[in-house]
Amino acid sequence: MKLTLTVNGTERTCDVHPLARLLDVLRRDLQLPGTKEGCGEGECGACSVFVDGKLVNSCLVPALQVAGRDVQTIEGVAPSTELLDRVQEAFLKHGGAQCGICTPGMILAAKALLAEHPQPTMAEMREGLAGNLCRCTGYTKIFDSVLAAVAKTEAEGQP
Amino acid sequence: MSHKLSEFVARSATSLPEALSLLAEPADADRGPWRPLAGGTDLMVTLAAGTLPVGRYVDIWPLDELRGITVTDESVEIGALTTYTDIRLHPLLAKEFPLLGLAAKETGAIAIQNRGTLGGNIANASPAADTPPALLAYDAELELLSRSGPRTVPYSRFHSGYKQMDRRPDELITKVRLKRTPSDAPGHTVHYYRKVGTRAAQAISKVCFAAFARVEGHRLLNVRLGLGSVAPIPLRCTRTESVLLSAPLDEPLIRRAEATLAYEISPIDDVRSTSPYRRRVTLNLLREMLSRCQVRSDST
Amino acid sequence: MKEPDVLQQESPIGKSPPRKEGVAKVTGKAVYVDDLPVAGAIYGATVRSKVARGHLRGITYHPGVPWEDFHIVTAADIPGENTIALIEKDQQCLVDTTVNHPEEAVVLIAHPDRELVERARRLVELHIEPLPMVFDLDESLEGEVRVWGEDNLLKQFSIDKGDIASALASAPIIVEGEYATGAQEQLYIEPQGMVALASPKHGITVWGSLQCPYYVHKALATLFGLPKERVRIIQCETGGGFGGKEEYPSMIAAHAALLAWKARRPVKLIYDRHEDMLATTKRHPSRTRIRSGHDEHGKLLALDVDFRLDGGAYMTLSPVVLSRGGLHASGPYSCDHIRIRARAAATNHPPHGAFRGFGAPQSVFAIERHLDKVAAQLGIDGAELRRRNFLLQGQTMATGQVVRDNIDLPQLLDRAVAMSGYAHKRAEFSRLNAEAASRGEPIRRGIGLASFMHGAGFTGSGERYLASVVAVDATPTGIVRIRASSTEIGQGKDTVFTQIAQDALGLPSSMIEIIRPDTAEVPDSGPTVASRTVMIVGKLVHNACLELRRKLSEGGLLGESYTAEEFAAACGIFHQLGGPLRVESQYQQPAGIDWDDKKYRGDAYATYAWAVYIAEVTVDLTTYETRVDRFYALQDAGRIIHPVLAAGQIEGGVAQGVGMALYEKVVWKDGRMQNAQMTNYIMPTSLDVPDIFVEFDDRATRLGTNQPHGPRGAKGIGELPLDGSAPAVASAVHHATGAPIYAVPMTPEDLMLAMETVR
Repeated sequence: MKLTLTVNGTERTCDVHPLARLLDVLRRDLQLPGTKEGCGEGECGACSVFVDGKLVNSCLVPALQVAGRDVQTIEGVAPSTELLDRVQEAFLKHGGAQCGICTPGMILAAKALLAEHPQPTMAEMREGLAGNLCRCTGYTKIFDSVLAAVAKTEAEGQP
Repeated sequence: MSHKLSEFVARSATSLPEALSLLAEPADADRGPWRPLAGGTDLMVTLAAGTLPVGRYVDIWPLDELRGITVTDESVEIGALTTYTDIRLHPLLAKEFPLLGLAAKETGAIAIQNRGTLGGNIANASPAADTPPALLAYDAELELLSRSGPRTVPYSRFHSGYKQMDRRPDELITKVRLKRTPSDAPGHTVHYYRKVGTRAAQAISKVCFAAFARVEGHRLLNVRLGLGSVAPIPLRCTRTESVLLSAPLDEPLIRRAEATLAYEISPIDDVRSTSPYRRRVTLNLLREMLSRCQVRSDST
Repeated sequence: MKEPDVLQQESPIGKSPPRKEGVAKVTGKAVYVDDLPVAGAIYGATVRSKVARGHLRGITYHPGVPWEDFHIVTAADIPGENTIALIEKDQQCLVDTTVNHPEEAVVLIAHPDRELVERARRLVELHIEPLPMVFDLDESLEGEVRVWGEDNLLKQFSIDKGDIASALASAPIIVEGEYATGAQEQLYIEPQGMVALASPKHGITVWGSLQCPYYVHKALATLFGLPKERVRIIQCETGGGFGGKEEYPSMIAAHAALLAWKARRPVKLIYDRHEDMLATTKRHPSRTRIRSGHDEHGKLLALDVDFRLDGGAYMTLSPVVLSRGGLHASGPYSCDHIRIRARAAATNHPPHGAFRGFGAPQSVFAIERHLDKVAAQLGIDGAELRRRNFLLQGQTMATGQVVRDNIDLPQLLDRAVAMSGYAHKRAEFSRLNAEAASRGEPIRRGIGLASFMHGAGFTGSGERYLASVVAVDATPTGIVRIRASSTEIGQGKDTVFTQIAQDALGLPSSMIEIIRPDTAEVPDSGPTVASRTVMIVGKLVHNACLELRRKLSEGGLLGESYTAEEFAAACGIFHQLGGPLRVESQYQQPAGIDWDDKKYRGDAYATYAWAVYIAEVTVDLTTYETRVDRFYALQDAGRIIHPVLAAGQIEGGVAQGVGMALYEKVVWKDGRMQNAQMTNYIMPTSLDVPDIFVEFDDRATRLGTNQPHGPRGAKGIGELPLDGSAPAVASAVHHATGAPIYAVPMTPEDLMLAMETVR
């Protein structure tokens, strides 16, 4: 099928099978390899992206369901090539990324969490990130990073 | 995958009638009947694993008329495409049918909950699914729709064997109906849900126990038990329910209920757990559930 | 060499700058092997034996794909030796005639259409005539079915101190126990993969996800019979390793290169999660029998340990895993009479391999659980029993190694007990549990501990044999380039090497460049394993940077103190005068370190990190589920170069240790893993990990009373947290339930069975 969708604010078109995984559409057809594959069965969250603002596992979304939809990947998170998003900044400063393979998905999950809970409790944070497996950090520095992003938002009075 | 993607046919339905007419098409010799595709959280896993049958898939995700939660005085109707997230966040469900929200919260994690649908969870027919025990405990009804019209099936009779169910190929599950308990009904309500998974999140259940009970004094006026992962189908345990309704709730009755429940379930050994564990924990959960009923009855 | 004076730039040691490659990682720009754009690539797949042992009698390629368009490789296509050269050459690259485990590669296929490759893989039928197989470690040791060598023994050794027989005979109290740990999957989130370019004309170039470029290099040179300079290995960004990408990448690289060699096209060979879990290595399962003699105060008088590992079908790294395990088997305890008998046996499982801790988590689990058993039997608190037996400075370990570090383990224990509230909680939980039991309530609480050490660097004379080299050069503009084969696998090597170089040179981070490991660009500084990167290779970075300074100052181009601009100018002049400005530093064993490989006597490790870990758990007897609520990790790992990265290492290790203790069970059937999916092999999520409290005790380092083997007194840290986490958790569950937990993983199913023995 000819698939047209918006990715990171830009309209993109490609020719794919209707059941192709959004993950493969992004990585192979649209050359956006920032979204990672860890398990291919919706378990690890490394392939998390936003579809119409909602966090999804892109390995479980067939191409035909994103026709005309708005997709955001890790490549679209930073406001510019010079600037980082507050969550990216916090992961960088507070040890939230180690090997980096879960990081794109984890950052999107963290953004989804903060959209629902701007000041998450520990319990909300643990639950909100439970779909994104990290083998390096034991999650502790990821929690630190999310809390730092919240603190920065408060300090700067950002939304 | 063992099949090439190009062997699969898939298209998005633009309307419910279109979806129904595709489902009503006779089975193709090579590719079988059209099958519905909802949020994809189960189907895409089997596609990647190479176990999804080659065939024709109609994507019903765009059909907004199958989404949403409608409340009337007597009942709540949940559209088949309603996601776990929608269920988890619905205030009336949380108040009157809390087991559903708990089940939704225990299904996968946020990204799964944003795509997985109640209808899909039912139609996937896994005995380990998280919402069916809750639906059994609430004695839900399913509405199925085909070009010949709607049909209502009590959920407790929907699953007939492992991955087998009372749905014709031309039918679509459209909604789940839950009867509300009148506020002047006698006794008080106990809702109980416990999923025993392999870990605290993103787990497949080893035992799932949902129960709805109306309690007055030391008697159960009504009780429904829905269990997952202890039989080939999501299991309504009517014999145990009968025992529990037969006499005031005391230790001898609990023992009889345990014995009956042990007879009703048929858990197996698999990569996730063992039959003895599932058996023991099921009975422990029954006891925990009944202790909640007793606590309430002691305090009233 | 004289340490540098305080330079103009403040030393970055002990600070936590953002990780060097961090921006690429948080923006999704870091390039992992599957992200490499490869023009004209074909996709490879591996046809595996599925039978655990047998003779290969034939191969049938069933119709269903255009076989004529496929590139197919079998053992007959191997240009050099059919082996993955490691310690020995016993492991074949492709099955020739005999199959020894169910995941052995027999046929390799490749095609431009990756979907078609997957279908074709299923159309290859192998005709294998089964031979007798063995899957049980002790059955293998009995030797009735011979599956490897003369006696199935991949390695055995004995460590003897004092006179164990008479010490056991005269000890007033004898305690015996048997302990076991299971296989554990490393479960890095990035599955393994390689990209290869190969031809007789151009030689071989491989890009991949790997920890040890020179291991792959050696394996490929042997496999193809090529001179070293014709083989080039380049590390891509690597999504976690934990030992899992130590030796197995050589196999995948070999397969990718063989396909590329035959097809004359670039080959991409990327495992999916299922294949990765089935085929790649796991932690060696272990069994340990301990018999110890004590006086009535619990003092260790004799310690007799029988330590056994299941090595799987080939030797791979089992001898060195066994060494490290055996050398940690007596723990941080003083005892005059010790015998440690260690054996690694072959079975028809896929080879078990490196996994963070490398044998030590297995033996530490045994000794720590044994001490809890002793404590319970003697009615002494576990912490107190350990205190009475700790090694002190000047005492000797099992190998006769004298403890030179200024360790104060009683002080370390006191601090851990204080930070966790151990004493109070131990008493309080016991009281609450008794009350709950009397009321028939299901919730139990427990707290337990483990004390342990981990040797940093290669075992014994390993570092001397490796003789690692680091090169450092400087460009005419003063950019200092660090060339080492140590890989960045998430631990923060790039960042820490930058700090070490800055410290030695007094330069800003922006002037330090870390060269990506590429065997054409970096010398062999050894593998990225064994908690050796900071201590051993980091020290070489430090030394090489000092050498670079010396070279500039000897030429009169640089004074004792200088600015970054002056340094850059000096480099410019040096280059104008003819350069090149490049130095190397090679490992030299510190004086006074002596090791006897044959007798297992002497200094097993140059130095050790020491730790006390405490776990707090809640057990629900309705479901037998255990939750680790809080975890306290206190360690002396010498000088901490980067506190955030170091704490990250400990926290991640603790989470893996909790997984090892409670969740991560490999279900085997006929030598194959039955639960090779993330859905059914259970690692901890953010909801499962405890609150982890990490502290570092660098008292002795600050006093300058420790042996400064590493840069600025740093020691190894990466593996340490795996050693003590599982025994601390098991100890806490034991406290909570009274159930004898002597094997991990301990699932709720296991606890249910163990509770039956309590009743």
